[in-house]
Amino acid sequence: MSTPTITASVTIAGETVPRVELTPVAVDLLRSLWEEHGPLMFHQSGGCCDGSSPMLFMAGEFITSDQDVRLGQFDLAPADAPSQPLDFWMSAEQFNYWSHTFLTVDVVPGRGSGFSAEAPRGVRFLIRSELMTTMTPFAAPADTDRVDADAAHPPAPAPVPS
Amino acid sequence: MTVYAAPGTPGSTVTFKSRYENWIGGEWVAPVKGQYFEDITPVTGKPFAEVARGTAEDIELALDAAHKAAPAWGKTSPTERAAVLNKIADLIDANVEMLAVAETWDNGKAVRETINADIPLAADHFRYFASAIRAQDGDHAQLDGDTVSYQFHEPLGVVGQIIPWNFPILMAVWKLAPALAAGNAVVLKPAEQTPVSILVLMELIGDILPPGVVNVVNGFGLEAGKPLASSNRIRKIAFTGETTTGRLILQYASANIIPSTVELGGKSPNIFFSDVAQEKDAFYDKAQEGFVLFAFNQGEVCTAPSRALLQKPIYDSFLGDAVTRARKIIQGNPLDTDTQMGAQASNDQLEKILSYIDIGTKEGAKLALGGERVDLGGDLTDGYYVQPTIFEGHNKMRLFQEEIFGPVLAVTSFTDYDDAISIANDTIYGLGAGVWSRNGNVAYRAGRDIQAGRVWVNNYHAYPAGAAFGGYKSSGIGRENNKLALGHYQQTKNLLVSYSENKLGFF
Repeated sequence: MSTPTITASVTIAGETVPRVELTPVAVDLLRSLWEEHGPLMFHQSGGCCDGSSPMLFMAGEFITSDQDVRLGQFDLAPADAPSQPLDFWMSAEQFNYWSHTFLTVDVVPGRGSGFSAEAPRGVRFLIRSELMTTMTPFAAPADTDRVDADAAHPPAPAPVPS
Repeated sequence: MTVYAAPGTPGSTVTFKSRYENWIGGEWVAPVKGQYFEDITPVTGKPFAEVARGTAEDIELALDAAHKAAPAWGKTSPTERAAVLNKIADLIDANVEMLAVAETWDNGKAVRETINADIPLAADHFRYFASAIRAQDGDHAQLDGDTVSYQFHEPLGVVGQIIPWNFPILMAVWKLAPALAAGNAVVLKPAEQTPVSILVLMELIGDILPPGVVNVVNGFGLEAGKPLASSNRIRKIAFTGETTTGRLILQYASANIIPSTVELGGKSPNIFFSDVAQEKDAFYDKAQEGFVLFAFNQGEVCTAPSRALLQKPIYDSFLGDAVTRARKIIQGNPLDTDTQMGAQASNDQLEKILSYIDIGTKEGAKLALGGERVDLGGDLTDGYYVQPTIFEGHNKMRLFQEEIFGPVLAVTSFTDYDDAISIANDTIYGLGAGVWSRNGNVAYRAGRDIQAGRVWVNNYHAYPAGAAFGGYKSSGIGRENNKLALGHYQQTKNLLVSYSENKLGFF
């Protein structure tokens, strides 16, 4: 049976639509890394060399706080197997700028990724993004040199750590 | 023009070993677990050397060597340490082409940059800190007639340093020079994308340093970086990289109650006020170049001017001229001195850049230039090349908010001074910024109002030793490239001395 795409459950209070999913190749890799390391977590990074990539850690290795938002929880387990929960986190300040996008965690060949657990396998997790259909997207620039940011984009929803 | 011979072909200025071990205690030491990984050159996408895949066991060996070396090194005089640093600088200067080609092969960047910037700057940073440590005084205060407080600088002991891949040798030197000048022993972990050039440097300078004063362990972050950063045998951890790993390193440091300096990237605004275009003169030409510097080092710079803010009256004309200029950027063999933009450092970096071009398009940004991978053909066909890319959009788009670390520029307009500062500061980062104006008052005020550690005024991408470098906001903690950095590698010892014969009289 081929590996499915896995969509994260909704974990942000007041929301009803998922925000994150895993491609089948990401699911296969995560299941394999779970066998090697045990329970895992994602924290989406920002900035610099290895940044803007989801970092995979042993669950609890990265200490989250009120400054983080849990975007969703995956269950890596096949049907009828015991649950394998994997949370996807992001810093609240970063979420303020990302909240209008739906994230797909994919895998590409590559090397190096901070302390992320997949690196020794010669692969890296990569985020692919779509606009959330439930969020008001940016208005298409009518004035092509610049859209007035405040008018075109409603304030991001307040991040609710959960 | 010159085209340097590729390593492994006749006439190359550098000869790589087929396999590199760790540099520990002044000698090459095989990794305890006997594992190696391949180092790939982004120039061709092909592996060229094997490198030790270090683990916690190797970090412990390096820490053993560092702890053995630290006490004696920490007791050497500033004069002696400065002499060592100056010797290192002289050797680097005498081997610029060899190191430059090694760096270009490891990282992919154009050799004109490594020859003219990375390697000469590395030598100069050693010289700067050789001078700074000799010029550093302690402090004293006469608290009353018989009581004097003396303050001495002491080395921390053994420190850990984790280096990024965008300027592998220069970034290592930014951290090594102050640490060594201050009298510390170092365990250094290079980035796994660019593990070799630093080892080529160690081959060159290793004998100048007492064994164990600098130790280099390669490997992956989880396997080698984490054991170093979380070790209770270091007295400080320095890191350059991204925010999540930066936070993780600060968490490890808190567990050991040690200081940590972290440099975590940016999304730097480059602001052009209308008066830059009042004449089409040399200054206008300079400002145009300042705009195109987003492509410097393929955009793989934490301070890359990746957001251009143009004042409305000049938006169309200035951008039009700049796009024309950026279109002329020469991409090609990084070993050709005419090449202006080389390869991205790794395949995953290439993929990430392409993913941002994708989201930029989906968000409605307008593509003004580039936007695609480049196939340079021949031996370079599998290298990691991307076109210089310019998008127009607005500051809430992710293109404007995330560090892409590639040659991708996001351009928007502003109405007046307050609008410019508001857009410039609407970011979680605060590492670099640029301000361009013929009006000194405006430029000064903008420089002070932008929340960033380095604001270039009427220039960009200069990194001279002496000018403090570091971040505001989520761009990190600490300063490098200035004597302030010595303080990040020193303890303060206060000796409070009474010169009175008389008792206190309390008991």
